[in-house]
Amino acid sequence: MADLHLPATLPPLFPGLPRRLEVDAATVVEALERLDERWPGFRDRLCEPGPVLRSHINVYVDRERAGLDTALDARSRVDVIAAISGG
Amino acid sequence: MPQTILLVGTRKGCFVLESDEDRRDWSVRGPFCEGWPIYHAVYDPASGAIYAAAASEWHGAGVWRSSDLGESWELSSEGLTFPDGGLKLSKISGLTAAHGRVLAGAEAAGVFESRDGGETWSLLTTLDGQPGRTSWNDPAKQPPGHLGLPAILPHPDEPSRFWAVVQGYGIFETTDDGASWTPRNRGLRADWPLEEPEVGYCVHKLVMSPVDTDRLYQQNHCGMHRSDDAGRSWVEITEGLPTDFGFAAAAHPRDRDTFYVIPLDPGHARCMPEGRAAVWRTRDAGATWQRLDRGLPQRDAYLGVLREGLAIDTLDVPGLYFGTSTGQVFATADEGENWSEIASYLPPISSVEVAVLA
Repeated sequence: MADLHLPATLPPLFPGLPRRLEVDAATVVEALERLDERWPGFRDRLCEPGPVLRSHINVYVDRERAGLDTALDARSRVDVIAAISGG
Repeated sequence: MPQTILLVGTRKGCFVLESDEDRRDWSVRGPFCEGWPIYHAVYDPASGAIYAAAASEWHGAGVWRSSDLGESWELSSEGLTFPDGGLKLSKISGLTAAHGRVLAGAEAAGVFESRDGGETWSLLTTLDGQPGRTSWNDPAKQPPGHLGLPAILPHPDEPSRFWAVVQGYGIFETTDDGASWTPRNRGLRADWPLEEPEVGYCVHKLVMSPVDTDRLYQQNHCGMHRSDDAGRSWVEITEGLPTDFGFAAAAHPRDRDTFYVIPLDPGHARCMPEGRAAVWRTRDAGATWQRLDRGLPQRDAYLGVLREGLAIDTLDVPGLYFGTSTGQVFATADEGENWSEIASYLPPISSVEVAVLA
């Protein structure tokens, strides 16, 4: 089970969604799809049609910059980071 | 006693201001919508729902909805997407609730509709085949930002008839729910060369008289204009105003000849001229104009008001409300004669709409 960490801006949009949760998935996009099944609309908050990651959303797997196709294993740590921007 | 509510869309969420029929004392609730930038919040009198058009820098565009006057909110973007490989949706700009559905104007230019109270959306039209359609989506021809479709004016009696405003191109009318369109820009002024005479006009705000559906007014980038034939032709009515530029406009609920605008400095500043705040009113369809400024700041007040920033209610003596780019809301309960500041420290305001609840 990958260890998924989410930005603080997401849980208020989806009742019951925690900041940190475990997901059984082989890739990043598969992890997002698992969460989308439970919280419909979740994937659209992080991805544009394609899907591709939104321009101000970054994903790291085990502290390395990752993409939607990046593979996950049972011990992967996945950080979803909203870019430091805005004011 | 009727309740008067203002829906205020800001760069940091939606706010609800409440008063009674007297409209003297106001309370503020919010911010709602998790602080997302709200471009336009509207009230649907048929369902009692509030809808708020939003776009988060991080999480994309969507429409928030509340069925309990803002106590609780839900967000949906299901169906708010253009076909694969096509246009990119950067924000929902304007909302219209009419005839049992909600229409959303989008950037890039398109109209989405929801027939289930904002839970799901579907693309109604991108005005394919219309003059200018290729250019307004050409990345090489974009001004700062992206040209979109910020406003939809519904016909009150004909569900399939509405007018859509495409930024920098003008007004298009459909009578068959978007299957076909007719440009409605004849008589408008453009202070730049036009590639096609039917389009290329910068319509900032389009309003209809509630008592005469042939009577339209618009604040254009180049002057104020009036139509007496539902947009088929336009005449300019700028003379008597301090500038020909502005964004906001409002039509009187019962007098077809009364119309309000907020002229702004047309340069980079785009705020009220000389730092003196005023709303301007015509009672004779644009032949003459009156400056309304009693109670508004008259020095060092460099206020901006955007296209959806002015609203008028439907009470016996109508009240008007405008929200500024610096977060103030001003109100009058007597058709503009006397104004007061009813909120002072909101985030920059994009939109103000008013509803009177029985």
